[in-house]
Amino acid sequence: MHRFAKPSVFLKLTAPILPWLAGATAILIAAGLYFALFASPIDYQQGDTVRIMYLHVPSAWMGLFCYVGMAICGAMSLIWKHPLADICARATAPIGATFTALCLITGSLWGEPMWGTWWVWDARLTSMLILLFLYLGYIALVNAFDDPDRGSKAGSALALVGAVNVPIVKFSVDWWNTLHQPASIVRMDGPAVDPSMQLPLALMILGFTGYYFVVLILRVRLELNERRIRALHLSGMFDDNAQDAEPYDPGHNAETSQ
Amino acid sequence: MNGFTAILRRDLQLAMRQGADSVMVVAFFIVTTTLFPFGVGPEANILARIASGVIWVSALLAAMLSLERVFQTDYEDGTLELLTLSPVSLEVVVLGKVVAHWLTTGLPLIVAAPLMAVMLNMDTDGFVVLMIAMLLGTPALSLIGAIGAALILGARRGGVLVSLLVLPLYIPILIFGAGAVEAALLGMSATAQLQIMGAILLLALAATPFATAHALRQAME
Repeated sequence: MHRFAKPSVFLKLTAPILPWLAGATAILIAAGLYFALFASPIDYQQGDTVRIMYLHVPSAWMGLFCYVGMAICGAMSLIWKHPLADICARATAPIGATFTALCLITGSLWGEPMWGTWWVWDARLTSMLILLFLYLGYIALVNAFDDPDRGSKAGSALALVGAVNVPIVKFSVDWWNTLHQPASIVRMDGPAVDPSMQLPLALMILGFTGYYFVVLILRVRLELNERRIRALHLSGMFDDNAQDAEPYDPGHNAETSQ
Repeated sequence: MNGFTAILRRDLQLAMRQGADSVMVVAFFIVTTTLFPFGVGPEANILARIASGVIWVSALLAAMLSLERVFQTDYEDGTLELLTLSPVSLEVVVLGKVVAHWLTTGLPLIVAAPLMAVMLNMDTDGFVVLMIAMLLGTPALSLIGAIGAALILGARRGGVLVSLLVLPLYIPILIFGAGAVEAALLGMSATAQLQIMGAILLLALAATPFATAHALRQAME
């Protein structure tokens, strides 16, 4: 695993993977949307509004998944000081925050026709809202320092402390009496969702997860390339007036430079 | 233990000599609480209904506003650097500073809380539970807040940032603290809520000094 922590190895490995992953994600989401919107039955009580579920549940899953990923990256950066783990944690935060917000918005749109209210202060909704605040706090903290490394480290510590909230979100529906329904997919006696609805749900969850990895890889590559450009600028390579400047030393990145 | 008492005595002495800090926290608490009757109107039964929540929210904000000075002044004048170099482990230093923070902010808040409860027309049944809940809750506020105070050292706009970091983590204490008083007012037992608050306090006591010390070491690098 430590081998992959080298930025040049990451760039070389992800270049061929990226198009395949992006393609697979596009197919999964397209298929998932087809099944979710056309080829799945309507609910006998909820009618067509049940289709909101196919966006709501994967978004909720991604909100938690991204936070766990961010906390693991934070732990890795604190323990082994991987530069790549820092960048991954930073890149994950806005994606996770967006999915969490999407989950809250779709949940609100679903709640209005079903529960008759846009928002209730029950445990699941509130803990999800706190998750969103934790993401926003992380993003604000990471960007609050002049030295990006210091920001990443402070952010890693916060991500780990905030991880207390993840099990609370997951089990809030079991620990408290909530308006939100109890766990229906991941539970001991098998999923409680009808098989005809499981397929589109699974496709959407896989598609969203794939989307996360595509965007993550893109964002990490962007950050790495930005750093490389900054290093080139600092070395004076783009400076026309400095003909006698030291030539840029590609160092350990040499093997991947085009 | 020697290091702990030394830090505690030093911080308490500083707080005593500067004096105004504890008074400011209590004044902020009272002023904030006073705003609510103006906001929601002076009807006694409405105020009695929201009293426990208002007191808790104001206490939360007051505790949060005083967090900045836990490490900030020591960070600026270099004391913190010497403390990290001292043979006393940083976790003990953190614990000493947190206890001093609690003694100078949490304790005055607990004393001021019943006064505000009377002014908000809260039923006397809730007073004892309110005091016990604050006794369990405010140390946890100081412990958790110290993490935020340590993380923002050297950051731009640290004061605003600390609220964004710390308030989400304060929410459980708010929920169970207000819930305990609510239960007592309804004539039910508040034991469950108080036990959970005790659990939160113990967990914070066991875990947060390490996180705070870690954040301080990063700030010192």
